[in-house]
Amino acid sequence: MSFTTEPNIAAPDEFYEALIDAHRDLSIEQSHELNAKIVLLLANQVGELDVLKAVLSAARSNTLA
Amino acid sequence: MKSIDLPPEATGTEIQAMAFAYERSADQAAPAPVRHRVVVVGAGPVGLSLAIDLAQRGQKVLLLDNDNRLSSGSRAICFAKRTLEIWDRLGIGERCVNKGVSWNVGRVFLGDQQVYQFDLLPEAGHARPAFVNLQQYYAEAYLLERASALPNIEIRWKNAVAALRTVDDSEGGGVWLGVDTPDGRYELIADHVAACDGGRSTVRSLMGLQSKGRSFKDRFLIADVKMAVDFPAERWFWFDPPFHRNQSVLLHRQPDGVWRIDFQLGWDADPEEEKKLERITPRVNAMTRQALGHEVPFELEWASVYTFVCQRMDHFRHGRVLFAGDSAHGVSPFGARGANSGVQDAENLAWKLDLVLKGRAGDALLDTYATEREYAADENLLNSTRATDFITPKSEISRLFRNSVLELASEYAFARRIVNSGRLSVPATLFHSSLNTPDRDSFQSPVVPGASACDAPLKLAGADTWLMQHLGQGFDLLVYGESLPAAVSACPVNKLLVVPPDARPRPQAGAVVLHDHSGAFAQRYDATPGSVWLLRPDQHVCARWRSVSAADIAAALDRACARAADPALTKD
Repeated sequence: MSFTTEPNIAAPDEFYEALIDAHRDLSIEQSHELNAKIVLLLANQVGELDVLKAVLSAARSNTLA
Repeated sequence: MKSIDLPPEATGTEIQAMAFAYERSADQAAPAPVRHRVVVVGAGPVGLSLAIDLAQRGQKVLLLDNDNRLSSGSRAICFAKRTLEIWDRLGIGERCVNKGVSWNVGRVFLGDQQVYQFDLLPEAGHARPAFVNLQQYYAEAYLLERASALPNIEIRWKNAVAALRTVDDSEGGGVWLGVDTPDGRYELIADHVAACDGGRSTVRSLMGLQSKGRSFKDRFLIADVKMAVDFPAERWFWFDPPFHRNQSVLLHRQPDGVWRIDFQLGWDADPEEEKKLERITPRVNAMTRQALGHEVPFELEWASVYTFVCQRMDHFRHGRVLFAGDSAHGVSPFGARGANSGVQDAENLAWKLDLVLKGRAGDALLDTYATEREYAADENLLNSTRATDFITPKSEISRLFRNSVLELASEYAFARRIVNSGRLSVPATLFHSSLNTPDRDSFQSPVVPGASACDAPLKLAGADTWLMQHLGQGFDLLVYGESLPAAVSACPVNKLLVVPPDARPRPQAGAVVLHDHSGAFAQRYDATPGSVWLLRPDQHVCARWRSVSAADIAAALDRACARAADPALTKD
């Protein structure tokens, strides 16, 4: 199962700003929690298990590279 | 054997105090080891269920138990719908339901807030509830009473299997057993041995075999306390409650005003200390203060500190020895998949061993006991392991995700589906069993070949009844329509004709006629007039058709008995 890694966010700068903004004034623990909740909410939005597994695997490979 | 009659109102204390006399058997004085067709080792819920099932089918069973008492302490308390249906067939289902506490609803709390509620039996129209809670000793007592009334079962108490070896086929085959008794050791030979002797199976170790898997570094305290409180008959599970910070707590109601409280303690807890009343009292008081606003007096019935492993044997069959229940597989208690899956092992094995002993099925049918129940064990292990990982996170990041799921769950429906406080026991659907006849026709129903039959409310001669009550000990043909097709009429198995809602039920030679007055059967099975289901003796569907020929049924029966390759075998 493939998922898109080509640009798919119309306004990347705005997204990035919003992401960083969401973490504003949070402790590192709170930020970790926020990230976990973002992952869970986005995972539900995606829904398809094959896609989710491919994303998890891509993120892990990139981290270990 | 002397029959054992329980007083109708026998209390838990009385039942746990019962001791059964060791009696010297004639085998002990025999000049040569006496041969028995079936020896069941272990008179727990699995061994007793198996022995009763085999005896009901006409087999002689020798049941050996190393002790002479029933379960001490409540132990397994949640008996699932499927177990009750099996026990209905074995004659004790009604008794368990009458004594037990029926429940369908579970609630999950994070801190002091409810985040999730589930109903395990959301639709009406089933004879049995999703679960009854019943102390294991009651279930064992009812099974034992039933077993003792069957002349085909001989139970030998204080008979501990202490040696075992395979008998060569040139000497008649089977399994030689050395059995220790208060009068010393004697020998016997079994054509087949069913090892139902629990997680620390002696039979398994005597054969040099292992059950392998994952152990979990966590300890749990079970406190079964008697107290007069008015919690509902529901399963309550707390993550991180204010009265027991950073751990989980499970609350269950049992008969006799007993409450099962299961406290997660962490790996560093001292198992001996934690079992003491003075350590348990403040824990229980903290819980009742939280849940009721005040403390209530209670009596400690039973306490146990446990750890668990999720494991199984690689193979449940080793020649003439078949492993069933905890000897074959072990799971965490979250999900009630231990005793329940063991009873399903027993029912899977009973009819197969019976047909093999009667020469009506090939030895290959016993291989399918192993493959089907190994598959079911894997499903149970997967569910159990996943629940355990959620309940006891193994790393900081795992705990972070767990807590995040719980916090999201109070606000968002999707996260409630991820919350896992134990996925509770449902029978495995044996999708890929070699005994199934693959579908030729299309059905929109979860009752596929490999699934256990689904109950439905029906009428028999105008009176309310249940589908499950009319399934027999052998194969059943279930026909939907106004009359039996000729292909079915000729088939010598138990036949049920389920008549559609708008049709008038009329007597039918050779069949029990049931009326699907509510349409629940048609809906659950996706039935159309002429549809036919073949059910195995363990009430699992093994074939279904929109229309059927006598040859279809014969082929499906052969397949379900693993005798397709051996035309010499006697047919039904």
